[in-house]
Amino acid sequence: MFKRLAEAGAPVAITVDGKAISARAGDTVAAALLVAGIDHCRTTPVTGAPRAPYCLMGVCFDCLVTIDGVGSRQGCLVPVREGMTVETQLGKREAGR
Amino acid sequence: MAASDYDVAVVGGGLVGVATAWGLAREGCKVAVLDEGDRAVRASRGNFALVWVQSKGLGLAPYAGWTLRSSNAWTGFAQTLKEETGLDVCFQRPGGFHLALSERELEARANTLKRLHNQPGVVDYKTEILDHAQIARMLPDIGPEVVGGSYCPFDGHVNSLRLFRTLHTAINARGVSYLPSHRVETIDRQGGEFRLTTEKGPVRAAKVALAAGNANMRLAPMVGLLAPMKPERGQIVVTERLRPFLHYPVTTLRQTDEGTVMIGDSKEESTDPTGLTLGVSATEAERAVRQFPLLANVNVVRTWSAIRVMTKDGFPIYDESETHPGAFTVCCHSGVTLAANHALTIAPMIARGALDKSLVAPFSARRFHVQEAG
Repeated sequence: MFKRLAEAGAPVAITVDGKAISARAGDTVAAALLVAGIDHCRTTPVTGAPRAPYCLMGVCFDCLVTIDGVGSRQGCLVPVREGMTVETQLGKREAGR
Repeated sequence: MAASDYDVAVVGGGLVGVATAWGLAREGCKVAVLDEGDRAVRASRGNFALVWVQSKGLGLAPYAGWTLRSSNAWTGFAQTLKEETGLDVCFQRPGGFHLALSERELEARANTLKRLHNQPGVVDYKTEILDHAQIARMLPDIGPEVVGGSYCPFDGHVNSLRLFRTLHTAINARGVSYLPSHRVETIDRQGGEFRLTTEKGPVRAAKVALAAGNANMRLAPMVGLLAPMKPERGQIVVTERLRPFLHYPVTTLRQTDEGTVMIGDSKEESTDPTGLTLGVSATEAERAVRQFPLLANVNVVRTWSAIRVMTKDGFPIYDESETHPGAFTVCCHSGVTLAANHALTIAPMIARGALDKSLVAPFSARRFHVQEAG
C-alpha cells in the first residue's frame, strides 16, 4: 500500500515476529511495518480488535509493539536499529516483558 | 404531618448515599438523593476498591464484626444488583494479602493482628501470618524482598467505578430522584418534616439521612448530631492493562478485572484533591516493584489523588438524632466494603425510623464526647 518517496537511507535488517524485514536507516519501527505491508501491529487488550500505526507522532498509542523484548513501546517513536527484534502484541501485555 | 416531597432525603450521591438510597427504595420509601455538582470533591470516583477485612477493628472490636457482616453479605449484594441492572460489579473474594518487605514490617503486622484479635468479643478473621515460601505458592511473582505477610480468606475486591454506576442505575430503575447540583445549605425541622435548602431550591422530606462523606461535619450539627472528620489524601498509580498475573488483592496493590494494576494506599494530611506529590507516587511505585519485580518496566497510564472520607478515629458513625427525630448519619471511611451493610442493614433501619442499637450502638458519635460516652 505504501511506497517510499526516496530511498536515501542505508538498508537496516530487523525481524518482525521472526521474519526478516528490510527497513531503511531513519525509518521508525512503525514506518518500517507499514512499508513491509504488515496490516496490524497489535490487537487491543479488551476486545481484541486489530490496530495499525495511525498518527505516527506519538499521540494515539495505536502502534504499540514489543521491541527487543520490551512490550508496549510506541513504534512511531523508535528508530530502527540493525538486528532489532519486533513482535506484534496480541491483547494485554504480559507483565515482565 | 405535612405532605413532604419525599419519605427520605439522602444527602450525598457517593457510594454511601446511593447504597443507602437503593436500600431505602427496596423498603418502599420514596427517596431523593441530593448531590453536589461537578466541582464536588468526590471520594467515590477515586477509591481503591478493596472489600477489605483483615486489618479492620483495632481499637473498636465491634467494627470487626460489622466489617465481616458486610463482607459476608457482598456476594448476595452483587448478585441482586446484577439481577436488577444486568451490570456485573466484578466482585471477587479470593482472600487477600498484606506483604512485608522487612522482618520489622512483618513483626509490626503480626503484632497489629494479634492486638486486634486479643480484643474481647472480636470476631475471628482467620488471618494467618505466612512466610515467603507459603506466599509464593499463591503469589508466584513476589520478589525476594518479600519476607512474609498476612493472608485473610475473607478479603476481596470489586470494580468500584462499575459499582458506582450500577448503584446509580439501580436507584434510577427503582424511581429514586437523583438531584445533582443540590448542595445542601441548611436543614430545618418544621411541622414534623425536614426542609433542606439547596442552591436549586428547597426539598421537603419526612426523614433525612446524611451520607455526605467529609461534608457530614458541616451538616450533622444542623440536626443535632456530630460527625467529627479528619480528611486524608491518598494517591493511586495505575498501569497499562496486563495479562492476569495477580490473582489475589494485596493491601497496596491489586489487578483489576480489566487488567490494569492499581497501586495505592498512601496517606497525607491534606484536603487538596487537585495536586499530586511526586515523591509519594514514586514511593508507592518503588515498593510495588520490590513486591512484584515484573512490574519494573510496565507503563504507568494514570495517577491521581483523592480525598478519603475519614472520621476522626477512623471508625464509622451511625446515629439518629434525639433533638431532630428522623435525622440519621451514615458516615464511614470504607464506603465500598460497607456498601452491602448500608444497603441491606442500615437502610431498612432508617426506613423503620430507628437504628437497631444491638447492631450499631458502638458506632454512635457519642464516643467522641468523653463525658457522655457510657
